Amino acid sequence: MTTATDPPKDSFHFKQLIYDTRYRSYTFQFIALMLLIALFAYLGGNLVQNLADQGQNIAFGFLSEPAGYDINQRPIAYDSQSPHLRAALVGVLNTLIVAFLGCLTATILGVTAGILRISPNWLVRKLMAGYVEAFRNVPVLIWILIIFTIMTAVMPPPSAFRGEDSASGMLFGSFAFTNRGVYLPAPIWGPGSSVVGLTFLASIFGAIYYRRYATKLLYDTGKLLPMVWPALVILFVPTILVYLILGRPITFDYPELAGFNFQGGLHVRGSLIALWLALAVYTGAFIAENVRAGIQAVDRGQTEAAASLGLRPRRIMNLVILPQALRIIIPPLISQYLNLTKNSSLAIAVGYMDVTGTLGGITLNQTGRAIECVLLLMLFYLAISLAISAIMNVYNNSIKLKER
Amino acid sequence: MSQADTSYVRKDMLPQAAPPVAETGIVRWLRLNLFSSPANSLLTLVSIYVVYQIVVAATPWVLNGIWVSPSLTACREILDGEVGACFAVLTERWNQLLFGFRYPTDLYWRPGLAFILLFVCAAPLLFFKFVPSKFLVLTGLYPFVAYWLIWGGTIMIPVFALLGALLGMYVYKKTVFASAGMAVIAGFAAALIFWILSGYITGPMANILALEPVQSRDLGGFMINLMLGVVCISLSVPFGILLALGRQSSMPIIKWICVIFIEFIRGVPLITLLFVANVVLAYFLPPGSNFDLILRVIIMITMFASAYIAEVIRGGLAALPKGQYEAADSLGLDYAQSMQFIILPQALKISIPGIVNVAVGLFKDTTLVSVISMFDIVGMIRGPILASSEWNGVYWELFGFAAVLFFITCYGISQYSQWLERQLQTDHR
Repeated sequence: MTTATDPPKDSFHFKQLIYDTRYRSYTFQFIALMLLIALFAYLGGNLVQNLADQGQNIAFGFLSEPAGYDINQRPIAYDSQSPHLRAALVGVLNTLIVAFLGCLTATILGVTAGILRISPNWLVRKLMAGYVEAFRNVPVLIWILIIFTIMTAVMPPPSAFRGEDSASGMLFGSFAFTNRGVYLPAPIWGPGSSVVGLTFLASIFGAIYYRRYATKLLYDTGKLLPMVWPALVILFVPTILVYLILGRPITFDYPELAGFNFQGGLHVRGSLIALWLALAVYTGAFIAENVRAGIQAVDRGQTEAAASLGLRPRRIMNLVILPQALRIIIPPLISQYLNLTKNSSLAIAVGYMDVTGTLGGITLNQTGRAIECVLLLMLFYLAISLAISAIMNVYNNSIKLKER
Repeated sequence: MSQADTSYVRKDMLPQAAPPVAETGIVRWLRLNLFSSPANSLLTLVSIYVVYQIVVAATPWVLNGIWVSPSLTACREILDGEVGACFAVLTERWNQLLFGFRYPTDLYWRPGLAFILLFVCAAPLLFFKFVPSKFLVLTGLYPFVAYWLIWGGTIMIPVFALLGALLGMYVYKKTVFASAGMAVIAGFAAALIFWILSGYITGPMANILALEPVQSRDLGGFMINLMLGVVCISLSVPFGILLALGRQSSMPIIKWICVIFIEFIRGVPLITLLFVANVVLAYFLPPGSNFDLILRVIIMITMFASAYIAEVIRGGLAALPKGQYEAADSLGLDYAQSMQFIILPQALKISIPGIVNVAVGLFKDTTLVSVISMFDIVGMIRGPILASSEWNGVYWELFGFAAVLFFITCYGISQYSQWLERQLQTDHR
């Protein structure tokens, strides 16, 4: 059908810029672009004017000046004479530490709660629904503050651990929960400990290889090897043997009460624990909903089909339901990780020195370089977000149903 | 067939026997739901133990609660060593928790009235099937009335604001036939010009129907959370729609502006945007201009929420079958008409759960303003109340109160959205 007549080819009028659909989008985009440029010019002009009025400029030289403040949790060497840039780096590492711990714990909590939410047990189902609703409907900031209060106001002071029949005792003689944080035994890596570590690493690969081999054998010959206990043996026995042969190279430094405080061991501050637990429990509630939705989204016919093939319930879950549910669960799970990382910026409310606390907090206040600090802070979070979304896109493409 | 009749044929029905005890009533329910397997029984027992511990710990604390007392020390004297809550902090400081510590005491009726009117005026929108649509006028008027009630001052400011908004809508209606995008810009521009011009004449009219003015910095407490939540969510829905449509647009410049805006905002935490509102935004405003902190915060939170809502609505738009777009085109509708009558009603319906998720999340995130030293409910608890000598050390009652307030609001919102989804269901199930 070529009955449509071509538009009349008359000369170009200015009115066509508005009334002719062929040109209108150009007009509109041009206007929008001009407005945007005008807006930026206006804001930029104001910025230049304001900076000139206050005798300031935009420069990042302050990053190499000494920071002059202490940070209580230092994953890398840092003192108050280190430059601001290093303080920001310490903050970045602290952010990554709490985000990693939080994501790990949130996943464990969330998957457990999500599976329990569809358990046949009525009481457990209701309890988990209560957990999910309680945490999803109350701001994470309030949970952080509540757990921080528990860590600082409810836990006993170190002095309560003094004496023979003290008010508080250490858990297993090696864990102390005080209002200044939690003291754990810290491992001391003696000579030869690297051999133990390497052995363990090799055992992991060994266990993976064994599972592959067993699967291949099953598919090729139909011979079923035991899966679980040999893998565990491969995983742990060589490491323990090497550890004993080398004369126990890894020892532990136990915290001990000395003076007014505990000395030695690993000191985990209340602010880190508050942030970590609150973020984990809060995000766990969201993950639980994702997991539940993902499992329930798998068609019931799949369960029935698997059952009619003669699979047992555990195998139905592992071989049929979970592989399909994971496809639905993982994308929202990763965006929850992203949310957790962004929410870790609430560290500033409990004084945990993450990047918001160092770069966006003390450095900003000391140097007064608000624009530069906030810009760098945003770029950091933006970089993490974009990296995680890129990973997610790759993953999504790799699990996409191969359709013909 | 031999006739040695040893067989027995029953001639009549047996009376119906009662089912076995284990298969009826509560016993069956218990067996199925709590003790279906050893593992399940163990889980049940553990759960019962956990619930029992919580109840045992919480009951005396709540029941022994002291409701009237001037301070924590007095509270502890009354309790005399027993376990018990000190709810007196709530009865003593309820006004600070709700309105902040600087809002004039004799004017509490104004935010209170605004709060009640919120429900009255939101009803035509929330329950549009049951309230005649002419009452939607009330909903439209509410923001201006609420502004007047909370901030006070002359009524002319909200009146001019309303007139400017009406003018913007009029301009949009008059130009929308030419180009929807340009009509939006023209509408905004007309309203903006009107507001700027009217700014010159409200000065002399400061006394017309004036309520006692209240400064923005005097606002506080849960009122701020509610206000930020309501204002930012209602503003971010239209902006979110515009951004979502822009992101779907075939015009590359518009599309990329929207994409960059959305991805940038979604990539940074809200707290950095609040830092921008607090310390950076002032650099970008004309020298000497004095923007309220609360206004700056509203701008940033609205931007934040619009980006998230835009993504939700984009999902709704993408979920619509392509046939709907083509049907609208084949009816000869132009872009604005097809969006208004065909696409958006369906896309928004699909997006309701997502929008409500964003709304609940945003409402919870309003507590973050306490970090930039605004005294919302968390700021009030951490600042003036816990720092006061009377109530230093009352943690659980205060945080519990804040948590319960948020829980009631957020749970209410999500229940409403589920109800709304059922109302809008058009398939016959």
